[in-house]
Amino acid sequence: MGIFHHLTRKPWLPEQSEIDNQVSGGAVALQTAKVGLRVFLFPISALFTLFLIAYLMRMSFSDWQTLHDPWLLWINTAVLVLSSLALQRSRMLVDGGEVTGMRTYFMLGGVFAFAFLGGQLAAWQQLADMGVYADTNPSHSFFYLFTALHGLHLLGGLVAWGRTVFKIKAGVDVEHLRLSVELCTIYWHYLLVVWVVMFGLLLAT
Amino acid sequence: MMVDVPVAEVAEVELYHAKSYWTKYVFSQDAKVIAIQYGGTAVAIGLVGLVLSWLMRLQLGFPDTFAFIDATDYYQFITVHGMIMVIYLLTALFLGGFGNYLIPLMVGARDMVFPYLNMVSYWVYLCAVLILVASFFVEGGPTGAGWTLYPPQSITEGTPGSEGGIILMLVSLALFIIGFTMGGLNYVVTVLQARTRGMTLMRLPLTVWGIFVATILALLAFPALFVGCIMMTLDKLLGTSFFMPEMISLGQQLEYDGGSPILFQHLFWFFGHPEVYIVALPAFGIVSDLLAVHARKNIFGYRMMVWAIVIIGALSFVVWAHHMYVSGMHPYFGFFFATTTLIIAVPTALKVYNWVLTLWHGDIHLTQPMLFSLAFLVTFINGGITGLFLGNVTVDVPLSDTMFVVAHFHMVMGIAPLMVVFGAIYHWYPKITGRMLHEGMGKFHFWVTFLGAYTIFLPLHYIGLQGVPRRYFEFGDTAFIPDSVTTLNAFVTVVTLTVGFAQIVFFYNMWRSYKHGKVAGDNPWGATTLEWQTAETPPGHGNFGEELPLVYRWAYDFSVPGAKNDFIPQNMPPGPDTNNH
Repeated sequence: MGIFHHLTRKPWLPEQSEIDNQVSGGAVALQTAKVGLRVFLFPISALFTLFLIAYLMRMSFSDWQTLHDPWLLWINTAVLVLSSLALQRSRMLVDGGEVTGMRTYFMLGGVFAFAFLGGQLAAWQQLADMGVYADTNPSHSFFYLFTALHGLHLLGGLVAWGRTVFKIKAGVDVEHLRLSVELCTIYWHYLLVVWVVMFGLLLAT
Repeated sequence: MMVDVPVAEVAEVELYHAKSYWTKYVFSQDAKVIAIQYGGTAVAIGLVGLVLSWLMRLQLGFPDTFAFIDATDYYQFITVHGMIMVIYLLTALFLGGFGNYLIPLMVGARDMVFPYLNMVSYWVYLCAVLILVASFFVEGGPTGAGWTLYPPQSITEGTPGSEGGIILMLVSLALFIIGFTMGGLNYVVTVLQARTRGMTLMRLPLTVWGIFVATILALLAFPALFVGCIMMTLDKLLGTSFFMPEMISLGQQLEYDGGSPILFQHLFWFFGHPEVYIVALPAFGIVSDLLAVHARKNIFGYRMMVWAIVIIGALSFVVWAHHMYVSGMHPYFGFFFATTTLIIAVPTALKVYNWVLTLWHGDIHLTQPMLFSLAFLVTFINGGITGLFLGNVTVDVPLSDTMFVVAHFHMVMGIAPLMVVFGAIYHWYPKITGRMLHEGMGKFHFWVTFLGAYTIFLPLHYIGLQGVPRRYFEFGDTAFIPDSVTTLNAFVTVVTLTVGFAQIVFFYNMWRSYKHGKVAGDNPWGATTLEWQTAETPPGHGNFGEELPLVYRWAYDFSVPGAKNDFIPQNMPPGPDTNNH
């Protein structure tokens, strides 16, 4: 029932006290770090949503020019999907206790993510060659802004990924690794969704 | 029937232990130390804000008198004063200061759930403050665009600080938001996940509810400011035209084209209005607890108080455009926002009634926390009622950008929360230091500050109603401004300086009482919440000694019939002393 169920309780009544005295543990049946990550995704979602709204508002002005999205973005999107899939695979493997297989897929996921970032830089280069710069039109500005912001978030994720790789090398126990791998995977999927939404918007406008 | 539950059910968490002086007191991961760092920094920068207000009052009260204040300085003073007070003082003090100190103690946790992140949060905040201060020392000085930083003027030549100052301001804000997000994650997840056994959400003291919901608001609202800051920085540095329209400045056609200043206003106020409640909700929560403790009575309508906090939080996201009635919006748009604004008065008024009803038939002790809480109540009603004027489009239009607005928001989100800050400091100082603040000095401080605040801000309402605009450096001989305004301005300036200087008594009291104050003991006020039930005062590392407290009741068991004392701590099991309650 979640939080609204809690809000109807009457804590001052003796019969409610009997129940409340037994309550132990968090509001969400998840490890603290996972709750932390999920809570963190809310402000990030607010951030990207507000950028999208700003994009849509700014679009309605007469000086807006449609941007021809570089074809490279399709390949980049595919690479990011592969990155997410590889991490998902490593998460499934670590759940099954297969550390060796997990290691390979986990590394692969990070490599694909780096490849995606490289691809995004190449897309910038493609645009720059066509004379599309950050200040030539608001649609161009937004493109650079979106991709930069998304890239920075992925880069932040890669820092966490790097720390996990370090832990794998140091031979940290599986239980601990599982959490790190799961956190990375959730974040990766999230950033994939953000990218797909943004890419869809760029294509549609 | 009593249920016997074994103590070991509360899972112990691994606690970080500092190994050196540096990690214990400077780069500390203990929420209590971080709280004091946050509080100290916020108060220090707040004093800068206070001095800036004196300087601007000197100009308003005695124009053409002080050679060291020119128009440029004046605009910089008002801008930085506003920014400091709203964000770097009040937000940081309520959430970073009180949040860090009180959340773990009140929910029965040993520390925040992510202590390392919590530490980084403070240091990022400190960097943000230092960058803000640094803007005074760059060429052109800090930005003078007004605290709302509206483009195009904020980044256009001719506005004070449009070179370096505005960029430092935007960078500082962005850093503040990043730092806050780190802290905010801690506050939210600690409240959700780290409560001790028996501490259900509906047994949380209202202080925690206020800070909890305010943090959620801040986590969702600050991104809007962040978006605005980034886009404006790009407009300034890269020449993009997100917000900058096609314009001619100083006879030159600028390179900008077609941007929308109104878009920035929407982003700014989508943050700016929840920000009011980010400051107000912790104050609401804290004042509820202060009233209950010092009137020895349970808070009236606890559930309604929680609901009101949640509803106010939700509504605060749909009222933002009432700050923009004069931006040329569609009348129906204004109608919508006027309606939502008035709706928010319902849960707010509910809280006010409940505070008053808490006092009714209470055993009111006129301690300093109680005095400041009463002052809050009066001031908040005052500021709230002028809010009804400004929330209505037709009344707001003539009052917009007058001193009436200044008077309104100073009452409602300046003085009212500040009264709570003072009340809270008098209330929790004995827990933080182990000693009581001096009562005589406290009373002096209260009366000077409370009466002083009214002496300053009541005349500003009148001045505003005369049509005197805000943000003007000087008026010269303006036909519609009567002599009374000039006289009152001088009077207000004198009072402002006096009340400001009187705060020295408060700081002296804090300094003196730290060594020489009366020893407080563990629970000098007879309070029920867990922070007063610690094994030692001030609470040590890990907050609660060997075992975490177990909670058997809500936070408001005051004056229970048949009980031994007039308060029953939350961790006291039912027994003969509590009349088996």
